[in-house]
Amino acid sequence: MASVGSVEPGARSELTVVEDAVCTFCGCVCDDIDLTVENNHITQAQRACVLGKAWFLNHAIDDRPSCLIDGQPAGLEDGYQRAAEILTGGKYPIVYGLSDSPCEAQRVAVSIVDWIDGTIDTTTSVCHGPSGMAFQGVGEVTCTLGEVANRGDFIMFWGSNPAESHPRHFTKYSLMPKGMFVPNGRKDRTCVIVDVRKTKSAKAADIFLQIKPRKDFEALWTLRALAKGIELDARQVESETGIELSVWQDLMDRMKAAKFGVIFFGMGLTMTRGKHANSEALLALTRDLNAYTRFTAKPNRGHGNVTGADNVVAWRTGYPFGVNHNRGYPRFNPGEYTTSDTLARGEADCGMMIACDPMANFSQPAREHLASIPYIALDSKETPTTRAATVAFTVATYGINAPGTVYRMDDVPIPLRPAFKSPHPSDFEVLSNIETRVKAIRGVRS
Amino acid sequence: MTEMFILIPGRTSDQGCGISEGKFQEKYQKQITSLQVAPGDMERLALAEGDWVRLTTEFGQQVEVAVTAAKKDELPEGLLFIAYGDISSRLMGGDTHGSGMPTSKGIDVELEVLRSETA
Repeated sequence: MASVGSVEPGARSELTVVEDAVCTFCGCVCDDIDLTVENNHITQAQRACVLGKAWFLNHAIDDRPSCLIDGQPAGLEDGYQRAAEILTGGKYPIVYGLSDSPCEAQRVAVSIVDWIDGTIDTTTSVCHGPSGMAFQGVGEVTCTLGEVANRGDFIMFWGSNPAESHPRHFTKYSLMPKGMFVPNGRKDRTCVIVDVRKTKSAKAADIFLQIKPRKDFEALWTLRALAKGIELDARQVESETGIELSVWQDLMDRMKAAKFGVIFFGMGLTMTRGKHANSEALLALTRDLNAYTRFTAKPNRGHGNVTGADNVVAWRTGYPFGVNHNRGYPRFNPGEYTTSDTLARGEADCGMMIACDPMANFSQPAREHLASIPYIALDSKETPTTRAATVAFTVATYGINAPGTVYRMDDVPIPLRPAFKSPHPSDFEVLSNIETRVKAIRGVRS
Repeated sequence: MTEMFILIPGRTSDQGCGISEGKFQEKYQKQITSLQVAPGDMERLALAEGDWVRLTTEFGQQVEVAVTAAKKDELPEGLLFIAYGDISSRLMGGDTHGSGMPTSKGIDVELEVLRSETA
């Protein structure tokens, strides 16, 4: 951090510049942002995209209380104690969220779940959870975004709209960079976009294929068949996918001719009918293509540290999300231990929502049940979830006020460079204090 | 008059920026409460900007929402788009079919034109 001096002599105003700050809004985790900070307010975020600018420029210190109990301001110590009592008082406690918390806080959250024999799940279960299931079934031929920038000459986006969800994806990693083996940048790459609607990303494509809605599985298996040289009925292919067989054949020829192909896939696959079967088809296609050339696949991850959540929960429990500890050891079963299910079925009887907003993003039955049970919420901003919480903690914003480690969407860990301090505690501090009290209630010596 | 459509909820830049500005602020609320309809469907159903429609899913979830015309060519006829948020979540079913993920895109909805009577 470089201080460039006071802007007004005699005043307490100080201007600082934080170089190479990390944006944690989306999974790109751009780590080349220069922040100008004045009076605990970020006034400039150089090189940030439209989402990054909104992230940095709108995170001033929130003047809400650091802790609310039943909607009333309360001391932090009282909040920690009440939170521990809620979590240890239930028969089916759930802890959910974590995709906008640093890895250090995620680690403590898993520990708490272990002490209370609870269930831990992350927002992965409602974004790329189906892909997480597919990884276990098929495996993952993967690479870093650095390899994409330096080698990728065939870039495909399937069910993903980075122009709106990851605005620097094209320019920083996948299309525009001039790399070691693609010295002419965009000119050396072919970009293909497959989607059910002509998104803003489609403008960046050399080839845009608008397939029929809910026909991703059929389209991917068409490509798998063509990769193996299997003859297909042209009329059936066009009827099922909305695209002529000759177009699919041309695409497969291009894929096989690529030197380093990459398929980025999004929630157009995982949230649509077929879900993990769609992701499995795409991962299997990628695997098949490695018989001819180098091909990799990467999910485009949404939140800044959702990839870290997968890594930390897998490191601590052996499974990436939807993990139950009720028998004293971890069990993984999407559909049974995932939060959308435990809430919609009315099974959970208490919970902790960390850096997530299920009261806005979950189905109505799940929301209604969450509103009926005692739960704790941690967030840097006020949300429908913090408003309905029994205990709500306002926390320092990770990356802006709080340090830690996050994982970029390609599983590369990146240390945060916070810009200024917050009067509110970090996720790590809140969770560590709750863990101490949970252990005391459970009679565990620290 | 009712007609079947396929609803595709998704991200938009303004919705993403609105999250950082605050979920109770105007930008976010406007994004998540505007249903995009293909221009051809708007014309065929005689819908104007700001008219209201009722969407009903096969599981009985129901919302009323104002419409806006999608930009030319962005949305094929028969498809609807809305930014992720309260409205799109209300239309999701609670069942995840053993996956943990509710069907959140490609939702069959019955659209009933209400025009501006509930606005």
